[in-house]
Amino acid sequence: MSERIPILRIGETLLVSVQFDLEDQMVLNLQEDLAEQIVAKSAQGVIIDISALEIVDSFVGRMLATVAAISRVLDARTVVVGMRPAVAITLVELGLSLGGVDTALDLEKGLAKLREPTSSALR
Amino acid sequence: MTAPWAAGQEPQVYPIARSGDLVHIRQAIRALSQQCRLSLVDQTKMITAASELARNTLIYGGGGEVTAGLVRTGGKQGVTAVFEDSGPGIPDVEQAMTDGWTSGGGLGLGLSGARRLVDDFRLDTAPGEGTTVTITKWVR
Repeated sequence: MSERIPILRIGETLLVSVQFDLEDQMVLNLQEDLAEQIVAKSAQGVIIDISALEIVDSFVGRMLATVAAISRVLDARTVVVGMRPAVAITLVELGLSLGGVDTALDLEKGLAKLREPTSSALR
Repeated sequence: MTAPWAAGQEPQVYPIARSGDLVHIRQAIRALSQQCRLSLVDQTKMITAASELARNTLIYGGGGEVTAGLVRTGGKQGVTAVFEDSGPGIPDVEQAMTDGWTSGGGLGLGLSGARRLVDDFRLDTAPGEGTTVTITKWVR
């Protein structure tokens, strides 16, 4: 239950790669750990790589939206990268369009997105 | 049941008693979906719907079980999962099926969203008599 997903730091960016299907408690832990680490490491950006995830249900979807909102409040940006096409189709049909969540097709594009000058209109 | 279980393929029963069980149920539904060769998108939809409904069973039904297996009828093949709990039941089904409505702390997408993801969806419930949700995804 106390298993936690490692959060890596590269410069001012925190990187999380979700490599396996998560229990709900791990999802909640990740949300808390990220909020803590954004402040502790003065991070400007967060990348969450979900390329290994075969499904994203409303619980994980809500976590992604919540992390995006929390990071905004803490003056950082979150980009979710690597969503599989089948996952995107399913999420939208489920009713979760992840409106406030920035996404990129892969890690490289996600990092590039974080380097773009932040415009308050985008956030 | 809406369709007969496939001959020679006994459906399996999985408990839904704690959140860790959801991981096992997703794995079981994935295995069944692959076994009957659902397309990748349909597999993803079926597993996601099952995950939503299993969480409902746990949170709103106080736990229960799911019976899952292959079904076959009139030349069609598919995966069926039956989620059962003996919880408080749903007093207002129409309201519960509305996007965004929740009696708990969720997003209110579980029931309505799961219905959109599958081909057949059946909800049997009454106040005080628990809830049974049956979903099926057919091979196209």
